[in-house]
Amino acid sequence: MTAYTFAFDSTDEPLHDRLGGKCTSLVKMTAAGSPVPPGFAVTTLAFDAVLGAGLRAHIAEQLAGLDTQDTVDVARRAAVIRTLIMEQQVPDDVRHATIASYEALMATCGGEVAVAVRSSATAEDLPDASFAGQQDTYLWVTGLTDVLHKIRECWASLYTDRAISYRAANDISDDGLSMAVGVQKMVNARTSGVAMTIDPSNGDRSKIVVDASWGLGELVVSGEVTPDNFVIDKVMLSVVRRTISDKAEELVVDGVAGLLRRTVDAERRTTPCLSDDELAAVARLAKAAERYYGSPQDIEWALDADLPAGANVVLLQSRPETVWSQRAATPAAAPGFGIDSIARSLLAQIGTR
Amino acid sequence: MTLTTARTSFPSPYDLHAPDAAEGWKALYPYNLVFQDNLKDVENDKFWFCDSQHWPNVFKPFETIGVEFAVKCLGQYNTRHYLIPPANGIEFRIHNGYCYMSPVAVAPEDIAARVAPFTERAGHYFANWDTLLEQWHGKVLGTIRDLESISFPALPDVVPLEDITSGRGLDPTFDLLASYDRLIQDCYRNWQYHFEFLNLGYVAYLDFFGFCQEVFPGIPDLAVAKMVQGVDSVLFRPDDELKKLAGLAVTLDLVGAFVPDAGADAILAALAATPRGDEWIAAWEAAKDPWFNFTSGNGFYASDEYWIDNLSLPMGYVVDYVERAARGEELRRPVADLITERDRITGEYAELLDPAVREAFEGKLGLARQVYPYVEDHNFYIEHWTMGVFWRKARELSHMLFDAGFWNRPDDMFYLTREEVRQALFDLSTGWGVGAKAIGPSYWPQEIERRRAIVEALESERPQPVLNTPPAVITEPFTVMLYGITTEQVARWLGADEEDGDGIRGMAASPGVVEGLARVITGADQLHDIQQGEILVAPVTAPSWGPIFGKISAIVTDIGGMMSHAAIVCREYGLPAVTGTGSASTRITTGMRLRVDGANGTVTILDGE
Repeated sequence: MTAYTFAFDSTDEPLHDRLGGKCTSLVKMTAAGSPVPPGFAVTTLAFDAVLGAGLRAHIAEQLAGLDTQDTVDVARRAAVIRTLIMEQQVPDDVRHATIASYEALMATCGGEVAVAVRSSATAEDLPDASFAGQQDTYLWVTGLTDVLHKIRECWASLYTDRAISYRAANDISDDGLSMAVGVQKMVNARTSGVAMTIDPSNGDRSKIVVDASWGLGELVVSGEVTPDNFVIDKVMLSVVRRTISDKAEELVVDGVAGLLRRTVDAERRTTPCLSDDELAAVARLAKAAERYYGSPQDIEWALDADLPAGANVVLLQSRPETVWSQRAATPAAAPGFGIDSIARSLLAQIGTR
Repeated sequence: MTLTTARTSFPSPYDLHAPDAAEGWKALYPYNLVFQDNLKDVENDKFWFCDSQHWPNVFKPFETIGVEFAVKCLGQYNTRHYLIPPANGIEFRIHNGYCYMSPVAVAPEDIAARVAPFTERAGHYFANWDTLLEQWHGKVLGTIRDLESISFPALPDVVPLEDITSGRGLDPTFDLLASYDRLIQDCYRNWQYHFEFLNLGYVAYLDFFGFCQEVFPGIPDLAVAKMVQGVDSVLFRPDDELKKLAGLAVTLDLVGAFVPDAGADAILAALAATPRGDEWIAAWEAAKDPWFNFTSGNGFYASDEYWIDNLSLPMGYVVDYVERAARGEELRRPVADLITERDRITGEYAELLDPAVREAFEGKLGLARQVYPYVEDHNFYIEHWTMGVFWRKARELSHMLFDAGFWNRPDDMFYLTREEVRQALFDLSTGWGVGAKAIGPSYWPQEIERRRAIVEALESERPQPVLNTPPAVITEPFTVMLYGITTEQVARWLGADEEDGDGIRGMAASPGVVEGLARVITGADQLHDIQQGEILVAPVTAPSWGPIFGKISAIVTDIGGMMSHAAIVCREYGLPAVTGTGSASTRITTGMRLRVDGANGTVTILDGE
């Protein structure tokens, strides 16, 4: 039977070209024992089945003779393609598999809960999501109908103006173009943020740097709020430096209404949004991700208000840190040890302590 | 915390006067130990900090021997033996009865010339550490045995006949003065030996510490301490011996004999009458030498109590341990856990380094670990064992002079300086020799009463922690490592007047977070007040308080750096500790509810009660 869906807690081997980067990572981290909110992926095989040979041919026709400089024309063609995808009939077995996975997820969560629906692309096919122009993450999606609709929207985001132009400009063929979509329980985030297992300001590998703010992490990632910043010693998990910022806004889960963006009350704006215990839990999570992958990681995390204290940190994403990790390590000069180096360091102490 | 007025300096000793009832206190101490009026400008140019870690109480005149020998010998190794390039010794004075210290820097133009001799001399010791240390043990033990052989018998009515028939030509007072000189010289000798390795141990530690700060900027002090520190020091043997004895009592089914507060004599008598009790007594006797040469004080005061002289002290701890062992409680320190944690920390930091840098890290760590045991172990041989014998002999002398009518109470000799004691001995010798009364009995009793009143008056006030203006940089290794006098500490003192809310800050000396009730202790005599689970708050603690560490949940002290004994001991006992808070023991009162965070160095008062 074709695997059109793949649960995050599946023990099968996750394949990157079936699940895309984000979902593959979530499956691996779940298997490694990290606290990942439950969910499932709608695989690239599902997308392929939906498009089928017919729709792919139709899309190719639409893109034939495309002039990427003619932005109006690109926009028109992209809109046509997206409409085709939104209206395409989904094969029965794909639909049944998706519904079954969705219902299993709701059962795991003890009843209907809201989910996040996210594109999970294999990296080469799409530019950085921030250029997409169209959201590839939908938060607070409730009910099967809306979830299925948002899955389609993610598929359709493969054909935004930007995506089409990007592929054309980079000679990336549409042959075999595909995408997975992740469906994951929403976290009722009291506090969220990101963490890096390397100091991004100087490449110091002995540190974990955490940015955190109230509510969901989207505002931290997008830079719309100035987060609290913590620099932590990776080995001792002690705080080396902390900067508490004026956290003016938050995006929170608001029961019935869904998501709500609001200003933060005066007292909480300059109160640390993480206790030291919670900060240590975030640091341990980041450290575990780094250990699992064997290289510096950039993670997204949240404190779930619905989970008990002491067990309420969840991992939302882990991806490789790219800036410092890829720099060629400049071989350090051997500092030496022994009495001469001791004498040198004694002299260096003057003026430094 | 906001500073409304930023202080940049502290009071001058010339403006800090003793209580009126202590008038004339300066004359109690040698002239070179007090601030002289005609040196005011010179002395005010120096920054002085109070060492209330080693000398928390006012000095009796005789007791200056401890600070004089210790601090002078500390200095000589920096200045004259090893020529530590940026640092000479530490000057010291007594003011209002307490001890103040000022590190002596090396003039910048002289530093470079010291590098070569330092390299040769310190290099020799680092290269031959183990051999020289073995030799050291022999020298130190030899001195202790010599001290033990000293006695101060009362002068006989006549010179012994054998001294006449042998043609000796010397009287017993000649021997008396020689014995006294030997007492003082043996003490001086072992204090010289005390620092033979200690300064270099700190240098190696600071070298590794500085290296870690370079390659891991912002690394917590505690991480470095944990990587270097051993897990088994000679300092813990006395406590470990008591625990073994407690275990033996349970094994031999003798628990019933260990009645709380019964005292050593009663318990030993009960054991002698119990089957297999004699086996336990044999083990007890074997433990005494050398492990009962251990004080609940710190070795610097004539009044310090030693286990070997007060057997009810160690026996009391044994009773407590027997009770806990009988309940099935684990008494031993978490040595395996400490080793695992040390290896984890070391391995994780090492992994972060490039191979060339890692080699230096491991080399420096290796040296620091090789020299580190001395940093802890020496304390047992000198402060505990040597000084234990020294004070016992000194008390013997005091009692002999008491019997000769020189003073009103047996231990009053300590109100005389050591030079005055020599003079008093010659006074005694003269009276004996000429057949007339010594002057002492009509001179000393009222003089000592006068001095006793002055010392009591001085004791009524706690010392100001710091005098004059602190420097920008401190280079002397002891000042930093042992006393915790860093730029950060000075800043804390400067801010100490400002209310920090309910928060107190100090050195993050040993990790762990606990909440509990405070027990404020100012001396070893109050140790028995401690209740299970309380947080011990004191100006300073002593390693010999080890036996009560199983009862308490955390420690907070006023003074002490990462290398102070309180910090070292707490790490080895796995107890959270915050040291060097400045004034916790005066801000906190017994019964207050506290939260101690040893990894971050904070103490929070949770209620105002």
